[in-house]
Amino acid sequence: MKLHEYQAKQLFQRYGIPVPKGVAYSSKEAALDAVKSMIFGSWVIKAQIHAGGRGKGGGVKIATTSDTAILAINSIFGMQLVTHQTGPKGKLVERILIEEAVSIERELYLGMVVDRTSQQIALMVSADGGMDIEKVANETPDRLFTMLIDGEKKIDMATSSELSEKIGLQQELHVGADELFQNVYRLFLECDASLVEINPLVITEDNRLIAADAKVTIDDNALFRQSEIQEFRDPSEEDINESKAAEAGLNFISLNGNIGCLVNGAGLAMATMDIIKLHGGEPANFLDVGGGANAQQVAVAFQIMLQQSTVKAVLVNIFGGIMRCDVIAKGIVEAAQETAMSLPLIIRLEGTNVIDGREILAQSGLNYISATDMDDAAIKAVHAAAG
Amino acid sequence: MSILVDRNTRVVTQGITGKTGVFHTKNCLEYCFGEECFVAGVTPGKGGERVANIPVFNSVRDAKLDTGCNTSVIYVPPKFAAKAIDEAVDAELDLVVCITEGIPVRDLVNTRARMRGKKTILLGPNCPGIITPGTIKIGIMPGYIHKPGSIGVVSRSGTLTYEVVDQLTKLGLGQSTCVGIGGDPVNGLKHLDVLKRFNDDDDTEAVVMCGEIGGTDEEACARWIAENMHKPVIAFIAGATAPPGKRMGHAGAIISGGEGTAIAKIEALRDAGVHVTENPAEMGNFVASALTL
Repeated sequence: MKLHEYQAKQLFQRYGIPVPKGVAYSSKEAALDAVKSMIFGSWVIKAQIHAGGRGKGGGVKIATTSDTAILAINSIFGMQLVTHQTGPKGKLVERILIEEAVSIERELYLGMVVDRTSQQIALMVSADGGMDIEKVANETPDRLFTMLIDGEKKIDMATSSELSEKIGLQQELHVGADELFQNVYRLFLECDASLVEINPLVITEDNRLIAADAKVTIDDNALFRQSEIQEFRDPSEEDINESKAAEAGLNFISLNGNIGCLVNGAGLAMATMDIIKLHGGEPANFLDVGGGANAQQVAVAFQIMLQQSTVKAVLVNIFGGIMRCDVIAKGIVEAAQETAMSLPLIIRLEGTNVIDGREILAQSGLNYISATDMDDAAIKAVHAAAG
Repeated sequence: MSILVDRNTRVVTQGITGKTGVFHTKNCLEYCFGEECFVAGVTPGKGGERVANIPVFNSVRDAKLDTGCNTSVIYVPPKFAAKAIDEAVDAELDLVVCITEGIPVRDLVNTRARMRGKKTILLGPNCPGIITPGTIKIGIMPGYIHKPGSIGVVSRSGTLTYEVVDQLTKLGLGQSTCVGIGGDPVNGLKHLDVLKRFNDDDDTEAVVMCGEIGGTDEEACARWIAENMHKPVIAFIAGATAPPGKRMGHAGAIISGGEGTAIAKIEALRDAGVHVTENPAEMGNFVASALTL
């Protein structure tokens, strides 16, 4: 689960990570009122959406007078912000963060993730802050320094000083940097984060370290024990269909094609998308119904696909393992009847009790196209979607 | 023959009294030498009971002392699953197979750190388990689609593994062992660890590897294969059409920071001489033709 910048900064404050003074507003009027009474030297107005690249899209503005701050609020609040991560339609800005602008001496980078290869937590720092860090990692990897932390051990002062040295921090900032690393690490563990990123981490003109930006992602698997963080959830950031599917226990991701997919198992679901593409089609979604695939879940999946006018055909690809094909076939028939499924329906059924399953489908009166294997199913789906 | 598990493996089911634990233990008992191999169950507080005629113990240690079990399979809910792995590691079992999906990453990081230097091998979590066809099945895969033989299978996915196994069996190509390593970013055995074992196994002639987007495990395999593998490897990488930044069902199946794309994996594997098919319906045929080369 992604957090908004202002939410991440609330967490930062709780963990003693310095952030600029600021307040988030979800009403433009309140923001405009407030800005008049704020006694800042200059202001930063920041759109609060989950996508990165907000600055380039015009979602972050600096104002040196309260009049220009008001102009900035008016232009950002309610704008349709387009960044490289929002897609061409962009994202409506319904919340902004107003902060005091800090005087910047230098911009650094700090990130913390779980490193898959070493299976340890990695702290990454760079002297090249404020830039696209993926670019730094690819083009000048020697400017990105990583420290691996084993299990729940501490970061020792010697190592953090070494990192500070590498990114050119003055001696007098080493203690502050060590404290910052420790606090980020404590937040990372205690909040079950999968990503904490501060870009830029600013050294101010008066030589303080401040997190000018904040990006935090929480491990979905751990949300059950992070009840406070769960309240940060912002449904307006979620795809309606994805949330609806999640409620029914389905794993659903919207894509841009016209062939709806319903598959059991994540790997097989990806493989089904791939084979559709291989035969010249475009999948409309990723959908893993899991091991169960009961009638109710299939019905929810069908409903979602029927609502999308772009979907022209639906491919069902089920490999029955422990879940028998006859049970799944009954579920498909029920769901198709319940939802009055009207799209061309291509069904490929394989696995346990497949003969009974195919028989149930054949006898049901359901209007569908039967496929013998994945290849056959994909070819028929691509053909059906082409009309 | 096989890797990791055979007729001498003695299994304890952790979480045996839960619905999933009961169901799958019964299925495993019915598969080939299951009655011989599945010897114990563990659920804290339920020691002394019996499930499917198997004795239940309060701890893995007790189960090991009484039955000599050397392998565990875990169906414990995600909240407690990492602790269950820790318990099996502390009891010094040889192999732990963790089926549970949805374990917090932080728990796994801790568990993996605890495991360093210990003898226990972890398979999974979030995996279908492991099967040596005709001998023993530990996990949730349908046993009947398998056939004893000489193709090793290793995969990050469940049903996609069933798909390839089914294709192989229908072509008359049996399997030595099928290993599901699971879809989590932090896990036990990786593709590479399993490949090495297949390379050393006299009864494995060729290996099918089902990879997917996310991480760089397949790339690591490619480097090793080029230098060391003396058996044909056939691969499919799922997720060529997956958009970056989205978690495709499996916690580990995500392209982030330009890393973990299907294309990068496919290229690395092809450069290492692996037979990569981009069509998942052709995996079986690819194996058949690789064997006749």
